[in-house]
Amino acid sequence: MTEWKFTNKEFAQTEEKFLSGHRACAGCGPAIALRLVMKAARGPIIATNSTGCMEVVSTIYPYTAWKIPWIHTAFETAAANAAGIESALKILRKKGRIPDEQVDVVAFSGDGGTFDIGFQGLSGAVERGHDFLYVLYDNEAYMNTGIQRSGGTPHGAWTTTSPAGSVVPGKAEFKKPLADIMVAHNMPYVATASISHWKDMVIKARKGMEVNGPAFLHAFAPCPRGWRSATEKSVEIARLAVETCVFPLWEAEYGKYTLSAPSKTIALKPEKKKPVDVYLKTQGRFRHLFKPENKHVLEEIQNEINRRWQKLLKDCEMN
Amino acid sequence: MAKVEQKTIPLNGDNAVALAAKQCDVDVVAAYPITPQTIIVEKFSEYVADGEVETAFVCVESEHTAMTCCITASATGARTFTATASAGLALMHEMLGVASGCRTPIVMSVVNRAMSAPINIHCDHSDAMCERDIGWIQIYAENSQEAYDSIIQAFRIAEDLEVTLPTMVGLDGFVLSHTLENVAVLPDEAVKQFVGIRQIPMVTNHEGKLVPFKLDPANPLTIGPLDLQDYYFEHKRQQEESMRKALDVIKQVHDEYAEQSGRSYGNGLVEAYKLEDAEIAAVCMGSTAGTVKTVVDELRANGIKAGLLRIRAFRPLPVEDIVSNLSGKKAVAVMDRACSFGGNGGPLFHEIRHAVYDLPDKPKLVNRIYGLGGRDIPPTMIDCIYKELQKIAETGEIERTVQFVGLRE
Repeated sequence: MTEWKFTNKEFAQTEEKFLSGHRACAGCGPAIALRLVMKAARGPIIATNSTGCMEVVSTIYPYTAWKIPWIHTAFETAAANAAGIESALKILRKKGRIPDEQVDVVAFSGDGGTFDIGFQGLSGAVERGHDFLYVLYDNEAYMNTGIQRSGGTPHGAWTTTSPAGSVVPGKAEFKKPLADIMVAHNMPYVATASISHWKDMVIKARKGMEVNGPAFLHAFAPCPRGWRSATEKSVEIARLAVETCVFPLWEAEYGKYTLSAPSKTIALKPEKKKPVDVYLKTQGRFRHLFKPENKHVLEEIQNEINRRWQKLLKDCEMN
Repeated sequence: MAKVEQKTIPLNGDNAVALAAKQCDVDVVAAYPITPQTIIVEKFSEYVADGEVETAFVCVESEHTAMTCCITASATGARTFTATASAGLALMHEMLGVASGCRTPIVMSVVNRAMSAPINIHCDHSDAMCERDIGWIQIYAENSQEAYDSIIQAFRIAEDLEVTLPTMVGLDGFVLSHTLENVAVLPDEAVKQFVGIRQIPMVTNHEGKLVPFKLDPANPLTIGPLDLQDYYFEHKRQQEESMRKALDVIKQVHDEYAEQSGRSYGNGLVEAYKLEDAEIAAVCMGSTAGTVKTVVDELRANGIKAGLLRIRAFRPLPVEDIVSNLSGKKAVAVMDRACSFGGNGGPLFHEIRHAVYDLPDKPKLVNRIYGLGGRDIPPTMIDCIYKELQKIAETGEIERTVQFVGLRE
């Protein structure tokens, strides 16, 4: 597949499909991800959202931030929504009831809707091979309902349902390796992306739309409200996640992993890999980990990041 | 329109439903297998595999996804069908409200089966009764012929521009779904003409322009938005208005279909059987009506003025028809094949009692709950109910308003 090539000016001039004026918070990472993905559209496109922040902020009736057809049904249904739309488009096109043109389908869902409640529907839709792009905007907790932990919340993080207590220092479990689980579906295309590396993200989004069959884009998207971080630091924090290998960037076509440039640089020059503390210190949700009694949690986090990074390098045949 | 020549073929209820859906040229079927609905999805997959139908068949991983796919396929403009039963319907519950709220005219056959626990695969109406208030039109078939006819009618009703609401057709699990019956089927062409191509309602978009209510890149719409205190209530009111309009549409579609098929079921909403001069009557839904009719015939042969009111459309509830048919009766037994635990009677009883409340000469009303989990319904049991009604009619005394019948007490 040939990679989408464009100049910054050309990209700036692509049509905005997720418009300004929506009600997302200042510094909202997911809103940046949605805007970038929608700007990567190659032609007619239909979008769907699961219930969550992005649905709520973009569509309060009678207003909408969507310049394209868009539908929401429920929380756990982003993939099934896309499956229904794609099936209908295919058959209606065949029957000559709609114009004979490619219409892309993109589904957006947060980590709650993807790691947890919507996982079955996602797995089923991918197994059936529907032609759609699923974008997981991962802000690592149920932010819309008030910062509750999800399967995507990292180890040690404070949330309202994994509070940093005197006995339990935040979330006990590690983040579910969801993108790897999607790769295990042997699907055409899986990629990780971060709002800090916008060009990498839009190229991957376009690729996900162009690929024939299901594509999964795991987009890292900080939430200042839930992460207890400064609103102006969202992009910077996302960049640190890549630089510390908390969230490495890669893609996998039919199970074949390749590191993307920002992470490949670290793989080639390991001294560039920053310690995880640098990333954790930017966010209030990890503040309690810097108390002396929680030192072991910091170590656990660093060890697990190292372990996953080594595994990824092996998957990418870079070790 | 003149009556169309028809073939009579042996079909069980499930196969009759699958055939009807096929003849209606459905665009998308998303379904998940569950007993006793399985034959419908199996048969439909065969139609697809043999190229007999031009349908996207989405063999999903759960009923929740089945209903979700139906909703978004329907919102994309596709004629959409699914089928389920019992636990499958319950798993769909969340999405059933989304389907009616998003005004997607999906047609679904519900092969009525008992709810767990204890797990039981046989017939009662407890599955569909749980969905009474979810905004779906509900039609109940007495036999496989009616199941076939009702599916065809359901597409016209659901997709009617005055209605635009999802519609379920109930058929009794095993009693109808798995029992062979001679079913008269219309030629493919006649069905195709009767249902036509799905019409899409027009709505005003944000620019004040009239556009088709569907996901269409040429006319973008935002469907299923967050709808808060300032608009939600009005949208719910519109749903109720459409449900009310469905009363007339169900009758019109039924009458038009009757002209072609030569088959009618009362006025499409209710069917009155030997009711006009009856003094005592039963009210029921589904296949039990067939047995009740036999008992009514026997009672009539013995000079007893018995009758039956079969409710075909449970939602919208045809209150006027219920009132006019039960007015002046001395005693009426509402037969519920479901129980509303702690609700003092079954759901059908509540509906009928509510409907006749304002009648000056309302009948004495009792509720008999029967046949849960597929318990047999012998004519002798129904005969007993009528005998009891006779006694109530004579004395004006009701011993027990709500009673379970045909079980060990």
